[in-house]
Amino acid sequence: MSVIAFVPQDASARSVGADDVAARLGAEAARRGVDLHLVRTGSRGALWLEPLVEVAAADGTRYAFGPVSASDVDTLVTAGLLDGQPAVVSHPLGLGPTEQLGWLRDQHRVTFARVGVVDPVSAADYVAHGGLAGLRRALAMTPAEVVAEVTASGLRGRGGAGFPAGVKWGTVLAADGTTGPKYVACNADEGDSGTFADRMLIEGDPFCLLEGMAIAAHAVGASHGYVYLRSEYPDAAATLWQAIETATAQGWLGRSVLGSPLSFDVSVRVGAGAYICGEETSMLESLEGKRGVIRAKPPLPAVAGLFGRPTVVNNVLTLGTVPAVLAGGAQAYADLGVGRSRGTQVFQLGGNIARGGIVETAFGLSLGELVEGWGGGTASGRPVRAVQVGGPLGAYLPPSRFDLTMDYEAFAAAGAMVGHGGVVVFDDSVDLAVQARFAMEFCATESCGKCTPCRVGAVRGVEVIDRIVAGADVEQNLQLLTDLCEVMTDGSLCAMGGLTPQPVRSALAHWPEDFRRLTGDGATTEVAI
Amino acid sequence: MTSEPQQPVESVVRSVLAPVAHEPGPLLLALHAVQEALGCVPDDAVPVIADELNLSRADVHGVVTFYRDFRRTPGGRTEVKVCRAEACQAVGAQALLDGVTQRLGVGVGETSADGAVTLEEVFCLGNCALGPSALVDRRLHGRLTVDRLVGLLPVEPTGEGGQR
Repeated sequence: MSVIAFVPQDASARSVGADDVAARLGAEAARRGVDLHLVRTGSRGALWLEPLVEVAAADGTRYAFGPVSASDVDTLVTAGLLDGQPAVVSHPLGLGPTEQLGWLRDQHRVTFARVGVVDPVSAADYVAHGGLAGLRRALAMTPAEVVAEVTASGLRGRGGAGFPAGVKWGTVLAADGTTGPKYVACNADEGDSGTFADRMLIEGDPFCLLEGMAIAAHAVGASHGYVYLRSEYPDAAATLWQAIETATAQGWLGRSVLGSPLSFDVSVRVGAGAYICGEETSMLESLEGKRGVIRAKPPLPAVAGLFGRPTVVNNVLTLGTVPAVLAGGAQAYADLGVGRSRGTQVFQLGGNIARGGIVETAFGLSLGELVEGWGGGTASGRPVRAVQVGGPLGAYLPPSRFDLTMDYEAFAAAGAMVGHGGVVVFDDSVDLAVQARFAMEFCATESCGKCTPCRVGAVRGVEVIDRIVAGADVEQNLQLLTDLCEVMTDGSLCAMGGLTPQPVRSALAHWPEDFRRLTGDGATTEVAI
Repeated sequence: MTSEPQQPVESVVRSVLAPVAHEPGPLLLALHAVQEALGCVPDDAVPVIADELNLSRADVHGVVTFYRDFRRTPGGRTEVKVCRAEACQAVGAQALLDGVTQRLGVGVGETSADGAVTLEEVFCLGNCALGPSALVDRRLHGRLTVDRLVGLLPVEPTGEGGQR
């Protein structure tokens, strides 16, 4: 008999043993004479259940088992995992039909609709699950109509800055393309700690990104695209290279995309371990083979970007959402969300969290619903003390701010940012003075060095926090730190120096006691760890 | 530094640069290719790269030294990159790094005396829900303990502080 099983090939799933599980399943099937068709998918995003094994019933319904280790395979197979009727398998790791898992069922997946479901590099799977519908519709429209559609959807840049994607595209479309090429540059330099959605989308549904880039190329008149992918993601690079090869062979990329006049190629450029290259102008410098030193703006990259040419620079999630926007229409996407934050956001739960992974929902749920609801609180079982939202440049927030609505404006009003949608949870063992010091240390390490407030300010920031924590002239040094944060915020050229004060200030505001464990007069003797 | 004579470095560099030299802005591609072939970007490769790509030596040197990934001397046979970013910090990344440092007797950025292991720190591997994490020869590992990580290394640790 023939059985179809699914085991993720996602790097996170592999990091906890998915390859061993797949190999063990294959061996067991061979030993028992089962004709096993094993599909390596992306991850469903319920990362605490990885490795998550799925087996299809005769009617196609997929049943989930997890977290499975290689040593569990024997008992699972004995319980009937490969007998063709997964619904009746009785095993402690059985989770029921995958789509009925509450954690997944209650999400609203748009960008991640296919991730974990399809074979990431199967062209047939992609088309069977709605792929190319957006590109076909876009190619039947004029570039201006596509730009108008993306603008009307309310889609904003998912990389963190939240700039309306359609407005950016409109600028590139209007730029002069007669004297040279225009480019689409995809920012896949996902360096923010707590974010992994770019990686998972590339590993789980790479054609979706390529389709989005082709739509962008048609909309603005670009002939070549680059994906700038960080070197820390070797699995994503391998998947993307394979997908580009397949897409080109299928006529989805290359000369005459889907038989249209559009000619568009995509290249992958791998970074080299510099966080700053996630800043768009630094990324462009790096794509040009230079030091990743940021450029002053203006000119905007939309006017003078890669090699001085008009360039669309968008994050993976932004471009990966575009096919769905085109396929379903702008209105359907804009109907989701709240205020000026339209559509869905792919939130990522990480750190000390019981149920970490991908939560894609419409904007508008609260931070507490994410952390306590979806996330289930801490993995350690201890109380949550702080969450950092939006990466290493994002604010630390205490549970008393769990009422905050997950949308760009509400977070900005609270001195925080949604950023790329990463939420990192810490339990009550965290020392926020240590975290504030790390924010400055990270900035000092990763600063490109172009502007003084960032390059020198971050070094001074580490020093002054060290003095505060050591109890030296605490009040004066706290004032100095506040002044330094102001200089960095107001005087830095880009978000690296400009936002590094955000985690520092929020730590000072919400956990002042962590900075005063030692005072100059020896009033307390408890020492920070 | 390697003790190899100059000629092999030059010929290797010229051959690995041939497929990328025509690309626009090829220097990062070139440096990755050289490091893949030689294990590092040695100083005597810099003038060759500059010549092949029609850049100044200063341009090449500047890029080699800007990016963390590029090594100017060869690393160990196994490269371990332990994540030190916030999500992993929340689940004990610092203790993992300290423990591995102690067990291996090697500091961050250093290579063990027998040339077996190079230990590096890295800021985020995109495995933030299953940390603490590390890359061992580009292979991602999650939910690590000191014992598990040391066990993944193909060498017997030589550190003085080794204890179970």
